[in-house]
Amino acid sequence: MGAVFALVTVLAFVIVVYVGVGIAGLRGLFGIVIPYAAFLVFLIGMVYRMIEWAKIPVPFRIVTTCGQQKSFRWVKRSRLESPYNNFEVVLRMILEVFAFRSLFRNLKAEIKGPNLIYGSYKWLWLGAIAFHYAFFTILLRHFRFFSYPVPEPIQILDQIDSFFHIGLPHLYMTDVVILAALTFLFLRRLADPKLRYISLASDYLPLFMIYGLVISGILMRHFFKVDVTQVKEFTLGLVHFHPKAPQVGVIFYIHIFFLSALMAYFPFSKLVHMLGVFFSPTRNLANNSRAVRHQPAPWWKKPKFKTYCEWQEEFKEQLIESGQPIDEDCYEKK
Amino acid sequence: MHDAGKVIPGIIAFVLFVTVPFWTNFGKAAPKPQPELPKEYKKCVESKEFMRREHMKLLRKWRYDVVRNNMRVYINSEGRLINMSLQNECLRCHTSKKKFCDVCHDYVAAHPYCWNCHIPPEEKKGWATKEVKSLTEEASSKQPASHH
Ligand code: HEC
Ligand code: HEC
Ligand code: HEC
Repeated sequence: MGAVFALVTVLAFVIVVYVGVGIAGLRGLFGIVIPYAAFLVFLIGMVYRMIEWAKIPVPFRIVTTCGQQKSFRWVKRSRLESPYNNFEVVLRMILEVFAFRSLFRNLKAEIKGPNLIYGSYKWLWLGAIAFHYAFFTILLRHFRFFSYPVPEPIQILDQIDSFFHIGLPHLYMTDVVILAALTFLFLRRLADPKLRYISLASDYLPLFMIYGLVISGILMRHFFKVDVTQVKEFTLGLVHFHPKAPQVGVIFYIHIFFLSALMAYFPFSKLVHMLGVFFSPTRNLANNSRAVRHQPAPWWKKPKFKTYCEWQEEFKEQLIESGQPIDEDCYEKK
Repeated sequence: MHDAGKVIPGIIAFVLFVTVPFWTNFGKAAPKPQPELPKEYKKCVESKEFMRREHMKLLRKWRYDVVRNNMRVYINSEGRLINMSLQNECLRCHTSKKKFCDVCHDYVAAHPYCWNCHIPPEEKKGWATKEVKSLTEEASSKQPASHH
Protein backbone atom coordinates (compact mmCIF):
# COMPACT_ATOMS: atom_id res chain seq x y z
CA MET A 1 0.00 0.00 0.00
CA GLY A 2 2.75 2.40 1.00
CA ALA A 3 4.58 1.76 -2.21
CA VAL A 4 1.46 2.41 -4.27
CA PHE A 5 0.74 5.63 -2.42
CA ALA A 6 4.30 6.82 -2.96
CA LEU A 7 4.22 5.87 -6.61
CA VAL A 8 0.97 7.73 -7.18
CA THR A 9 2.39 10.80 -5.43
CA VAL A 10 5.47 10.82 -7.60
CA LEU A 11 3.44 10.35 -10.78
CA ALA A 12 1.22 13.19 -9.65
CA PHE A 13 4.33 15.39 -9.41
CA VAL A 14 5.14 14.64 -13.02
CA ILE A 15 1.61 15.39 -14.14
CA VAL A 16 1.49 18.63 -12.15
CA VAL A 17 4.65 19.88 -13.81
CA TYR A 18 3.56 18.64 -17.19
CA VAL A 19 0.31 20.57 -16.91
CA GLY A 20 1.88 23.55 -15.15
CA VAL A 21 4.78 24.10 -17.51
CA GLY A 22 3.97 22.15 -20.64
CA ILE A 23 0.39 23.37 -20.97
CA ALA A 24 -0.08 26.42 -18.76
CA GLY A 25 3.47 27.71 -19.29
CA LEU A 26 4.06 28.65 -15.65
CA ARG A 27 7.84 28.66 -16.00
CA GLY A 28 8.36 31.36 -13.40
CA LEU A 29 6.40 29.44 -10.77
CA PHE A 30 8.07 26.08 -11.35
CA GLY A 31 11.51 27.39 -12.18
CA ILE A 32 11.93 30.18 -9.66
CA VAL A 33 9.26 30.48 -6.97
CA ILE A 34 9.02 26.80 -6.03
CA PRO A 35 12.79 26.13 -5.97
CA TYR A 36 13.51 29.20 -3.82
CA ALA A 37 10.63 28.36 -1.48
CA ALA A 38 11.73 24.73 -1.23
CA PHE A 39 15.29 25.76 -0.46
CA LEU A 40 14.09 28.07 2.29
CA VAL A 41 11.93 25.31 3.77
CA PHE A 42 14.95 23.03 3.69
CA LEU A 43 17.32 25.53 5.29
CA ILE A 44 14.99 26.84 7.97
CA GLY A 45 13.48 23.42 8.62
CA MET A 46 16.82 21.75 9.16
CA VAL A 47 18.14 24.50 11.43
CA TYR A 48 14.89 24.43 13.39
CA ARG A 49 15.20 20.68 13.76
CA MET A 50 18.72 20.95 15.08
CA ILE A 51 17.76 23.60 17.61
CA GLU A 52 14.82 21.53 18.79
CA TRP A 53 17.03 18.47 19.17
CA ALA A 54 19.62 20.44 21.06
CA LYS A 55 16.98 21.58 23.54
CA ILE A 56 16.19 18.05 24.59
CA PRO A 57 18.16 17.07 27.67
CA VAL A 58 20.03 13.80 27.63
CA PRO A 59 20.22 12.89 31.29
CA PHE A 60 21.79 9.49 30.84
CA ARG A 61 24.75 8.15 28.94
CA ILE A 62 22.92 5.76 26.65
CA VAL A 63 25.83 4.94 24.38
CA THR A 64 25.45 1.93 22.11
CA THR A 65 28.34 -0.27 23.01
CA CYS A 66 29.44 -3.51 21.48
CA GLY A 67 32.77 -4.01 23.09
CA GLN A 68 34.67 -4.01 26.33
CA GLN A 69 34.57 -0.68 28.08
CA LYS A 70 37.51 0.91 29.82
CA SER A 71 38.19 -0.96 32.99
CA PHE A 72 41.35 -2.21 34.68
CA ARG A 73 44.50 -1.52 32.81
CA TRP A 74 45.05 -5.20 32.12
CA VAL A 75 41.63 -5.69 30.56
CA LYS A 76 41.87 -5.11 26.86
CA ARG A 77 39.31 -2.53 25.86
CA SER A 78 37.70 -1.65 22.58
CA ARG A 79 38.16 2.02 21.79
CA LEU A 80 35.73 2.16 18.89
CA GLU A 81 33.03 -0.11 20.24
CA SER A 82 32.94 1.57 23.61
CA PRO A 83 34.47 5.00 23.27
CA TYR A 84 35.72 6.41 26.53
CA ASN A 85 36.57 9.97 25.58
CA ASN A 86 35.50 12.50 22.98
CA PHE A 87 38.35 11.66 20.66
CA GLU A 88 37.18 8.08 20.43
CA VAL A 89 33.61 9.25 19.98
CA VAL A 90 34.70 11.40 17.05
CA LEU A 91 36.61 8.51 15.52
CA ARG A 92 33.62 6.25 15.78
CA MET A 93 31.35 8.95 14.39
CA ILE A 94 33.64 9.52 11.41
CA LEU A 95 33.62 5.84 10.58
CA GLU A 96 29.88 5.75 11.03
CA VAL A 97 29.27 8.70 8.73
CA PHE A 98 31.83 7.84 6.06
CA ALA A 99 31.79 4.05 6.16
CA PHE A 100 28.36 3.17 7.63
CA ARG A 101 30.07 0.97 10.13
CA SER A 102 26.97 -0.06 12.03
CA LEU A 103 25.28 -1.20 8.82
CA PHE A 104 28.35 -3.27 8.08
CA ARG A 105 27.53 -5.28 11.16
CA ASN A 106 24.10 -6.04 9.78
CA LEU A 107 22.95 -9.60 10.32
CA LYS A 108 20.23 -11.61 8.75
CA ALA A 109 18.23 -14.18 10.66
CA GLU A 110 17.03 -17.19 8.76
CA ILE A 111 15.31 -20.40 9.74
CA LYS A 112 17.12 -23.33 8.19
CA GLY A 113 15.42 -26.57 9.09
CA PRO A 114 15.04 -26.57 12.86
CA ASN A 115 17.73 -23.97 13.44
CA LEU A 116 17.62 -20.21 13.58
CA ILE A 117 20.78 -19.04 11.90
CA TYR A 118 22.28 -15.58 12.00
CA GLY A 119 24.59 -14.78 9.14
CA SER A 120 26.53 -11.79 7.99
CA TYR A 121 24.55 -9.82 5.42
CA LYS A 122 26.53 -7.11 3.70
CA TRP A 123 24.20 -6.33 0.81
CA LEU A 124 22.32 -3.61 2.63
CA TRP A 125 25.60 -1.96 3.54
CA LEU A 126 26.83 -2.21 -0.03
CA GLY A 127 23.61 -0.80 -1.47
CA ALA A 128 23.51 2.01 1.05
CA ILE A 129 27.11 3.05 0.64
CA ALA A 130 26.94 2.87 -3.15
CA PHE A 131 23.81 4.97 -3.11
CA HIS A 132 25.13 7.62 -0.74
CA TYR A 133 28.50 8.05 -2.41
CA ALA A 134 26.97 8.17 -5.87
CA PHE A 135 24.47 10.76 -4.67
CA PHE A 136 27.19 12.83 -3.06
CA THR A 137 29.34 12.73 -6.19
CA ILE A 138 26.39 13.76 -8.31
CA LEU A 139 25.69 16.63 -5.92
CA LEU A 140 29.30 17.82 -6.14
CA ARG A 141 29.29 17.46 -9.91
CA HIS A 142 26.28 19.72 -10.17
CA PHE A 143 28.38 22.49 -8.70
CA ARG A 144 29.54 23.13 -12.26
CA PHE A 145 26.17 24.74 -12.86
CA PHE A 146 26.60 27.04 -9.90
CA SER A 147 30.09 28.36 -10.46
CA TYR A 148 31.97 30.23 -13.13
CA PRO A 149 34.80 29.54 -13.63
CA VAL A 150 34.19 25.97 -12.55
CA PRO A 151 36.74 24.91 -9.89
CA GLU A 152 39.38 22.49 -11.18
CA PRO A 153 38.53 19.68 -8.68
CA ILE A 154 34.91 19.67 -9.85
CA GLN A 155 36.02 19.39 -13.48
CA ILE A 156 38.39 16.56 -12.61
CA LEU A 157 35.62 14.78 -10.72
CA ASP A 158 33.41 15.13 -13.78
CA GLN A 159 36.09 13.64 -16.00
CA ILE A 160 36.73 10.73 -13.66
CA ASP A 161 33.02 10.05 -13.47
CA SER A 162 32.73 9.94 -17.27
CA PHE A 163 36.01 8.04 -17.56
CA PHE A 164 34.69 5.26 -19.79
CA HIS A 165 33.66 7.66 -22.55
CA ILE A 166 30.53 5.69 -23.33
CA GLY A 167 28.24 7.56 -25.67
CA LEU A 168 28.22 11.27 -26.29
CA PRO A 169 27.62 13.04 -23.91
CA HIS A 170 29.47 10.49 -21.84
CA LEU A 171 27.64 8.19 -19.50
CA TYR A 172 28.49 8.93 -15.87
CA MET A 173 29.44 5.95 -13.73
CA THR A 174 27.59 7.38 -10.75
CA ASP A 175 24.36 7.46 -12.77
CA VAL A 176 24.59 3.73 -13.31
CA VAL A 177 25.58 3.08 -9.71
CA ILE A 178 22.81 5.17 -8.18
CA LEU A 179 20.17 3.55 -10.37
CA ALA A 180 21.39 0.09 -9.45
CA ALA A 181 21.59 0.96 -5.75
CA LEU A 182 18.14 2.56 -5.69
CA THR A 183 16.67 -0.46 -7.43
CA PHE A 184 18.28 -2.76 -4.90
CA LEU A 185 17.08 -0.68 -1.95
CA PHE A 186 13.57 -0.68 -3.36
CA LEU A 187 13.44 -4.37 -4.22
CA ARG A 188 14.88 -5.23 -0.82
CA ARG A 189 11.79 -3.76 0.79
CA LEU A 190 9.47 -5.59 -1.57
CA ALA A 191 11.19 -8.96 -1.60
CA ASP A 192 11.24 -9.74 2.10
CA PRO A 193 7.73 -10.14 3.59
CA LYS A 194 8.87 -8.94 7.03
CA LEU A 195 10.41 -5.83 5.58
CA ARG A 196 7.46 -5.23 3.33
CA TYR A 197 5.22 -5.38 6.36
CA ILE A 198 7.12 -2.70 8.26
CA SER A 199 7.69 -0.42 5.25
CA LEU A 200 5.50 2.64 5.15
CA ALA A 201 4.73 5.21 2.50
CA SER A 202 7.31 7.43 4.17
CA ASP A 203 9.93 4.77 3.41
CA TYR A 204 9.02 4.55 -0.24
CA LEU A 205 8.40 8.21 -0.94
CA PRO A 206 12.01 9.42 -0.51
CA LEU A 207 13.16 6.47 -2.57
CA PHE A 208 10.74 7.30 -5.37
CA MET A 209 11.45 11.00 -5.29
CA ILE A 210 15.16 10.29 -5.69
CA TYR A 211 14.30 7.82 -8.45
CA GLY A 212 12.35 10.58 -10.18
CA LEU A 213 15.19 13.02 -9.75
CA VAL A 214 17.77 10.58 -11.12
CA ILE A 215 15.67 9.31 -14.00
CA SER A 216 14.64 12.78 -15.12
CA GLY A 217 18.30 13.82 -15.01
CA ILE A 218 19.46 10.88 -17.07
CA LEU A 219 16.66 11.33 -19.59
CA MET A 220 17.58 14.99 -19.89
CA ARG A 221 21.25 14.29 -20.47
CA HIS A 222 20.91 11.45 -22.94
CA PHE A 223 17.46 11.45 -24.48
CA PHE A 224 15.23 14.53 -24.26
CA LYS A 225 18.05 17.03 -24.62
CA VAL A 226 17.82 20.55 -23.28
CA ASP A 227 19.95 23.56 -24.04
CA VAL A 228 22.51 23.27 -21.25
CA THR A 229 23.93 26.73 -21.93
CA GLN A 230 20.57 28.28 -21.13
CA VAL A 231 20.23 26.05 -18.11
CA LYS A 232 23.50 27.31 -16.74
CA GLU A 233 22.50 30.91 -17.36
CA PHE A 234 19.42 30.13 -15.30
CA THR A 235 21.22 28.37 -12.43
CA LEU A 236 23.80 31.15 -12.19
CA GLY A 237 20.88 33.57 -12.19
CA LEU A 238 19.38 31.71 -9.24
CA VAL A 239 22.50 32.15 -7.12
CA HIS A 240 22.85 35.78 -8.20
CA PHE A 241 19.22 36.43 -7.29
CA HIS A 242 18.08 37.55 -10.72
CA PRO A 243 16.92 34.32 -12.32
CA LYS A 244 15.22 34.11 -15.67
CA ALA A 245 13.28 30.91 -16.27
CA PRO A 246 14.80 29.15 -19.28
CA GLN A 247 12.90 28.28 -22.44
CA VAL A 248 13.74 24.60 -22.30
CA GLY A 249 11.84 21.34 -22.32
CA VAL A 250 9.43 20.22 -19.59
CA ILE A 251 11.88 17.49 -18.57
CA PHE A 252 14.11 20.16 -17.02
CA TYR A 253 11.22 21.48 -14.95
CA ILE A 254 10.34 17.96 -13.84
CA HIS A 255 13.93 17.53 -12.69
CA ILE A 256 13.85 20.81 -10.77
CA PHE A 257 10.47 19.98 -9.27
CA PHE A 258 11.69 16.64 -7.93
CA LEU A 259 14.65 18.42 -6.43
CA SER A 260 12.40 21.05 -4.84
CA ALA A 261 10.04 18.42 -3.49
CA LEU A 262 12.95 16.51 -2.02
CA MET A 263 14.42 19.61 -0.39
CA ALA A 264 11.10 20.64 1.09
CA TYR A 265 10.42 17.10 2.31
CA PHE A 266 13.81 16.76 3.99
CA PRO A 267 13.11 18.33 7.38
CA PHE A 268 9.82 16.48 7.78
CA SER A 269 10.93 13.00 6.86
CA LYS A 270 13.37 10.26 7.73
CA LEU A 271 15.83 12.03 5.49
CA VAL A 272 16.84 14.19 8.45
CA HIS A 273 19.08 11.32 9.45
CA MET A 274 21.64 13.31 7.49
CA LEU A 275 21.92 15.56 10.55
CA GLY A 276 20.19 13.38 13.10
CA VAL A 277 23.14 11.00 13.24
CA PHE A 278 25.17 13.72 14.92
CA PHE A 279 22.48 14.26 17.52
CA SER A 280 21.98 10.60 18.41
CA PRO A 281 22.79 10.18 22.10
CA THR A 282 23.58 6.55 21.41
CA ARG A 283 26.43 7.64 19.14
CA ASN A 284 27.64 11.04 20.28
CA LEU A 285 28.43 10.31 23.92
CA ALA A 286 31.39 8.70 25.58
CA ASN A 287 30.76 5.62 27.65
CA ASN A 288 32.47 6.88 30.80
CA SER A 289 29.74 6.93 33.40
CA ARG A 290 31.78 4.70 35.69
CA ALA A 291 34.58 7.22 35.78
CA VAL A 292 32.84 10.58 35.59
CA ARG A 293 29.93 11.83 37.63
CA HIS A 294 27.73 13.47 35.03
CA GLN A 295 25.55 16.47 35.53
CA PRO A 296 22.14 15.42 36.67
CA ALA A 297 19.25 16.27 34.39
CA PRO A 298 18.64 20.00 34.17
CA TRP A 299 15.20 19.73 35.72
CA TRP A 300 16.66 17.98 38.73
CA LYS A 301 16.40 20.19 41.83
CA LYS A 302 17.76 19.21 45.18
CA PRO A 303 14.73 17.97 47.14
CA LYS A 304 14.06 19.65 50.44
CA PHE A 305 14.86 17.17 53.19
CA LYS A 306 13.71 17.53 56.74
CA THR A 307 16.14 16.44 59.39
CA TYR A 308 14.94 14.80 62.60
CA CYS A 309 15.77 17.92 64.55
CA GLU A 310 13.68 20.08 62.24
CA TRP A 311 10.81 17.64 62.54
CA GLN A 312 11.14 17.58 66.32
CA GLU A 313 11.15 21.36 66.37
CA GLU A 314 7.93 21.45 64.34
CA PHE A 315 6.02 19.03 66.56
CA LYS A 316 7.75 19.85 69.82
CA GLU A 317 4.57 20.81 71.71
CA GLN A 318 2.72 17.71 70.77
CA LEU A 319 5.72 15.60 71.64
CA ILE A 320 6.03 17.09 75.10
CA GLU A 321 2.29 16.90 75.72
CA SER A 322 2.21 13.23 74.98
CA GLY A 323 5.32 12.64 77.01
CA GLN A 324 7.62 11.61 74.24
CA PRO A 325 11.30 11.96 74.87
CA ILE A 326 13.01 14.96 73.35
CA ASP A 327 16.32 14.47 71.67
CA GLU A 328 18.57 16.87 73.49
CA ASP A 329 21.37 16.43 70.97
CA CYS A 330 19.50 18.80 68.69
CA TYR A 331 20.04 21.64 71.11
CA GLU A 332 23.52 20.83 72.32
CA LYS A 333 25.96 22.28 69.88
CA LYS A 334 25.09 24.80 67.27
CA MET B 1 19.99 24.64 24.35
CA HIS B 2 22.42 22.03 25.60
CA ASP B 3 25.97 21.73 24.31
CA ALA B 4 25.65 25.07 22.57
CA GLY B 5 29.42 25.12 22.13
CA LYS B 6 29.17 22.18 19.75
CA VAL B 7 25.70 22.64 18.30
CA ILE B 8 26.07 26.24 17.17
CA PRO B 9 29.31 25.67 15.20
CA GLY B 10 27.60 22.61 13.72
CA ILE B 11 24.61 24.65 12.60
CA ILE B 12 26.90 27.30 11.14
CA ALA B 13 28.89 24.66 9.26
CA PHE B 14 25.68 23.17 7.88
CA VAL B 15 24.32 26.52 6.73
CA LEU B 16 27.64 27.42 5.10
CA PHE B 17 27.76 24.06 3.35
CA VAL B 18 24.29 24.20 1.83
CA THR B 19 24.65 27.83 0.77
CA VAL B 20 28.01 27.35 -0.96
CA PRO B 21 26.63 28.31 -4.39
CA PHE B 22 25.32 31.59 -3.02
CA TRP B 23 28.34 32.91 -1.18
CA THR B 24 30.97 31.64 -3.60
CA ASN B 25 29.24 33.58 -6.37
CA PHE B 26 28.56 36.66 -4.32
CA GLY B 27 29.73 39.79 -6.08
CA LYS B 28 30.89 37.89 -9.17
CA ALA B 29 29.48 38.78 -12.54
CA ALA B 30 27.59 36.05 -14.36
CA PRO B 31 28.79 36.28 -17.96
CA LYS B 32 26.68 35.21 -20.88
CA PRO B 33 28.51 33.18 -23.50
CA GLN B 34 28.38 34.76 -26.93
CA PRO B 35 29.71 32.41 -29.59
CA GLU B 36 30.65 34.17 -32.81
CA LEU B 37 28.18 33.12 -35.49
CA PRO B 38 29.22 32.81 -39.15
CA LYS B 39 28.43 35.88 -41.19
CA GLU B 40 28.38 34.42 -44.68
CA TYR B 41 25.89 31.67 -43.85
CA LYS B 42 22.31 31.91 -42.71
CA LYS B 43 21.49 28.39 -41.62
CA CYS B 44 23.14 25.68 -39.63
CA VAL B 45 22.77 21.97 -40.30
CA GLU B 46 19.48 22.01 -38.46
CA SER B 47 17.51 24.74 -36.71
CA LYS B 48 19.40 26.86 -34.21
CA GLU B 49 17.41 25.53 -31.24
CA PHE B 50 18.03 21.97 -32.35
CA MET B 51 21.76 22.62 -32.70
CA ARG B 52 22.09 24.21 -29.30
CA ARG B 53 20.28 21.27 -27.75
CA GLU B 54 21.48 18.31 -29.71
CA HIS B 55 24.72 19.03 -31.58
CA MET B 56 26.58 16.41 -29.52
CA LYS B 57 24.07 13.76 -30.43
CA LEU B 58 24.21 14.86 -34.03
CA LEU B 59 28.00 14.59 -34.01
CA ARG B 60 27.77 11.18 -32.48
CA LYS B 61 25.43 10.07 -35.20
CA TRP B 62 27.71 11.51 -37.86
CA ARG B 63 30.72 9.84 -36.37
CA TYR B 64 28.93 6.53 -36.14
CA ASP B 65 27.61 6.68 -39.67
CA VAL B 66 30.99 7.59 -41.16
CA VAL B 67 33.28 5.39 -39.14
CA ARG B 68 31.07 2.34 -38.80
CA ASN B 69 28.80 2.47 -41.81
CA ASN B 70 30.86 4.41 -44.34
CA MET B 71 27.96 6.77 -44.96
CA ARG B 72 29.23 10.27 -45.51
CA VAL B 73 26.10 12.18 -46.50
CA TYR B 74 23.55 13.49 -44.03
CA ILE B 75 20.14 14.56 -45.17
CA ASN B 76 18.78 17.26 -42.90
CA SER B 77 15.17 17.98 -42.05
CA GLU B 78 14.88 20.28 -45.07
CA GLY B 79 16.24 17.60 -47.40
CA ARG B 80 19.58 19.33 -47.90
CA LEU B 81 22.59 16.99 -48.43
CA ILE B 82 25.43 17.65 -46.02
CA ASN B 83 28.90 16.18 -45.84
CA MET B 84 29.18 14.49 -42.45
CA SER B 85 32.47 15.78 -41.15
CA LEU B 86 33.51 17.55 -38.02
CA GLN B 87 36.59 19.32 -39.37
CA ASN B 88 35.48 19.82 -42.91
CA GLU B 89 31.84 20.68 -42.38
CA CYS B 90 31.07 22.15 -38.94
CA LEU B 91 34.26 24.12 -38.92
CA ARG B 92 33.95 25.16 -42.55
CA CYS B 93 31.24 27.58 -41.43
CA HIS B 94 32.24 27.97 -37.79
CA THR B 95 35.74 28.97 -38.73
CA SER B 96 37.11 29.37 -35.26
CA LYS B 97 36.92 26.70 -32.59
CA LYS B 98 38.13 29.18 -29.97
CA LYS B 99 35.54 31.83 -30.71
CA PHE B 100 32.69 29.41 -31.23
CA CYS B 101 32.78 25.94 -29.70
CA ASP B 102 35.07 26.82 -26.81
CA VAL B 103 33.05 29.83 -25.73
CA CYS B 104 30.11 27.68 -24.68
CA HIS B 105 32.13 24.71 -23.57
CA ASP B 106 34.25 26.79 -21.20
CA TYR B 107 31.06 28.27 -19.83
CA VAL B 108 29.49 24.91 -18.97
CA ALA B 109 32.84 23.19 -18.36
CA ALA B 110 32.40 20.62 -21.12
CA HIS B 111 35.58 19.06 -22.47
CA PRO B 112 34.94 17.32 -25.77
CA TYR B 113 38.01 15.19 -26.38
CA CYS B 114 37.51 15.32 -30.14
CA TRP B 115 40.41 17.72 -30.61
CA ASN B 116 42.91 15.15 -29.45
CA CYS B 117 42.75 13.87 -33.02
CA HIS B 118 40.64 16.21 -35.09
CA ILE B 119 42.36 19.43 -35.99
CA PRO B 120 40.70 22.77 -35.34
CA PRO B 121 41.20 25.48 -37.98
CA GLU B 122 43.43 27.55 -35.72
CA GLU B 123 45.92 24.75 -35.54
CA LYS B 124 45.74 24.07 -39.25
CA LYS B 125 46.56 27.69 -39.96
CA GLY B 126 49.55 27.37 -37.68
CA TRP B 127 50.82 24.47 -39.77
CA ALA B 128 50.66 26.51 -42.93
CA THR B 129 52.89 29.11 -41.34
CA LYS B 130 56.10 28.66 -39.47
CA GLU B 131 54.70 27.89 -36.01
CA VAL B 132 54.82 24.19 -36.70
CA LYS B 133 57.32 23.32 -34.01
CA SER B 134 55.41 24.53 -31.00
CA LEU B 135 52.18 23.13 -32.36
CA THR B 136 53.50 19.65 -33.02
CA GLU B 137 54.98 19.64 -29.56
CA GLU B 138 51.64 20.59 -28.17
CA ALA B 139 49.92 17.99 -30.31
CA SER B 140 52.28 15.21 -29.28
CA SER B 141 51.92 16.11 -25.63
CA LYS B 142 48.21 15.49 -25.96
CA GLN B 143 47.44 11.81 -25.79
CA PRO B 144 44.36 10.67 -27.65
CA ALA B 145 42.00 9.75 -24.88
CA SER B 146 40.01 7.34 -26.96
CA HIS B 147 39.10 6.36 -30.45
CA HIS B 148 35.79 5.43 -31.97
C1 HEC C 1 26.51 25.94 -43.58
C2 HEC C 1 27.27 26.46 -42.52
C3 HEC C 1 27.19 25.73 -41.17
C4 HEC C 1 27.56 24.44 -40.91
C5 HEC C 1 28.06 23.37 -41.85
C6 HEC C 1 27.37 24.24 -39.50
N1 HEC C 1 26.86 25.40 -38.95
FE1 HEC C 1 26.36 25.64 -37.02
N2 HEC C 1 25.58 27.44 -37.44
C7 HEC C 1 25.63 28.07 -38.67
C8 HEC C 1 24.88 29.30 -38.59
C9 HEC C 1 24.66 30.29 -39.73
C10 HEC C 1 24.37 29.37 -37.28
C11 HEC C 1 23.46 30.46 -36.71
C12 HEC C 1 22.05 29.99 -36.96
C13 HEC C 1 21.00 31.01 -36.61
O1 HEC C 1 21.34 32.06 -36.10
O2 HEC C 1 19.84 30.67 -36.85
C14 HEC C 1 24.83 28.22 -36.57
C15 HEC C 1 24.52 27.92 -35.27
C16 HEC C 1 25.08 26.88 -34.56
C17 HEC C 1 24.91 26.65 -33.17
C18 HEC C 1 24.09 27.52 -32.23
C19 HEC C 1 24.93 28.67 -31.78
C20 HEC C 1 24.19 29.66 -30.94
O3 HEC C 1 24.87 30.52 -30.39
O4 HEC C 1 22.97 29.58 -30.82
C21 HEC C 1 25.62 25.54 -32.85
C22 HEC C 1 25.76 24.90 -31.48
C23 HEC C 1 26.20 25.06 -34.06
N3 HEC C 1 25.87 25.89 -35.08
C24 HEC C 1 26.99 23.91 -34.13
C25 HEC C 1 27.34 23.34 -35.33
C26 HEC C 1 27.91 22.02 -35.42
C27 HEC C 1 28.27 21.12 -34.26
C28 HEC C 1 28.05 21.77 -36.73
C29 HEC C 1 28.54 20.47 -37.37
C30 HEC C 1 27.73 19.34 -37.05
C31 HEC C 1 27.63 22.93 -37.46
N4 HEC C 1 27.18 23.87 -36.55
C32 HEC C 1 27.65 23.07 -38.82
C33 HEC C 1 26.27 27.60 -39.80
C34 HEC C 1 26.74 26.32 -39.95
C1 HEC D 1 25.64 27.42 -27.73
C2 HEC D 1 26.79 26.90 -27.07
C3 HEC D 1 27.63 25.82 -27.74
C4 HEC D 1 28.31 25.89 -28.90
C5 HEC D 1 28.41 27.10 -29.82
C6 HEC D 1 28.94 24.63 -29.11
N1 HEC D 1 28.62 23.79 -28.06
FE1 HEC D 1 29.18 21.85 -27.90
N2 HEC D 1 28.23 21.74 -26.16
C7 HEC D 1 27.49 22.74 -25.57
C8 HEC D 1 26.89 22.23 -24.36
C9 HEC D 1 26.01 23.04 -23.42
C10 HEC D 1 27.27 20.90 -24.25
C11 HEC D 1 26.82 19.90 -23.20
C12 HEC D 1 27.57 20.00 -21.96
C13 HEC D 1 27.03 19.06 -20.97
O1 HEC D 1 26.05 18.36 -21.18
O2 HEC D 1 27.63 19.03 -19.95
C14 HEC D 1 28.11 20.62 -25.39
C15 HEC D 1 28.67 19.37 -25.62
C16 HEC D 1 29.39 19.07 -26.72
C17 HEC D 1 29.94 17.77 -27.00
C18 HEC D 1 29.78 16.55 -26.09
C19 HEC D 1 30.88 16.51 -25.07
C20 HEC D 1 30.41 16.42 -23.68
O3 HEC D 1 31.28 16.34 -22.82
O4 HEC D 1 29.21 16.47 -23.40
C21 HEC D 1 30.59 17.85 -28.18
C22 HEC D 1 31.33 16.74 -28.88
C23 HEC D 1 30.44 19.20 -28.65
N3 HEC D 1 29.71 19.91 -27.75
C24 HEC D 1 30.97 19.66 -29.83
C25 HEC D 1 30.87 20.96 -30.26
C26 HEC D 1 31.54 21.48 -31.42
C27 HEC D 1 32.42 20.69 -32.31
C28 HEC D 1 31.21 22.80 -31.47
C29 HEC D 1 31.68 23.83 -32.49
C30 HEC D 1 31.44 23.53 -33.85
C31 HEC D 1 30.31 23.10 -30.40
N4 HEC D 1 30.14 21.96 -29.68
C32 HEC D 1 29.75 24.33 -30.16
C33 HEC D 1 27.32 24.01 -26.01
C34 HEC D 1 27.83 24.50 -27.21
C1 HEC E 1 41.46 8.90 -31.26
C2 HEC E 1 41.32 9.96 -32.22
C3 HEC E 1 39.93 10.55 -32.38
C4 HEC E 1 39.17 11.18 -31.44
C5 HEC E 1 39.50 11.43 -29.98
C6 HEC E 1 37.97 11.60 -32.09
N1 HEC E 1 38.00 11.22 -33.41
FE1 HEC E 1 36.55 11.49 -34.76
N2 HEC E 1 37.63 10.50 -36.14
C7 HEC E 1 38.87 9.97 -35.96
C8 HEC E 1 39.25 9.28 -37.15
C9 HEC E 1 40.56 8.56 -37.36
C10 HEC E 1 38.18 9.41 -38.07
C11 HEC E 1 38.07 8.87 -39.47
C12 HEC E 1 38.29 9.94 -40.46
C13 HEC E 1 37.76 9.58 -41.82
O1 HEC E 1 37.63 8.40 -42.14
O2 HEC E 1 37.48 10.51 -42.53
C14 HEC E 1 37.19 10.20 -37.41
C15 HEC E 1 35.98 10.57 -37.98
C16 HEC E 1 35.04 11.35 -37.39
C17 HEC E 1 33.86 11.86 -38.04
C18 HEC E 1 33.44 11.65 -39.45
C19 HEC E 1 34.46 12.10 -40.47
C20 HEC E 1 34.99 13.49 -40.35
O3 HEC E 1 35.69 13.93 -41.24
O4 HEC E 1 34.72 14.17 -39.38
C21 HEC E 1 33.19 12.60 -37.14
C22 HEC E 1 31.87 13.37 -37.34
C23 HEC E 1 33.94 12.56 -35.91
N3 HEC E 1 35.05 11.79 -36.09
C24 HEC E 1 33.55 13.20 -34.78
C25 HEC E 1 34.28 13.14 -33.62
C26 HEC E 1 33.82 13.74 -32.41
C27 HEC E 1 32.52 14.55 -32.24
C28 HEC E 1 34.75 13.50 -31.47
C29 HEC E 1 34.74 13.93 -30.02
C30 HEC E 1 33.61 13.55 -29.25
C31 HEC E 1 35.80 12.73 -32.10
N4 HEC E 1 35.47 12.51 -33.39
C32 HEC E 1 36.95 12.29 -31.47
C33 HEC E 1 39.63 10.05 -34.81
C34 HEC E 1 39.20 10.58 -33.62
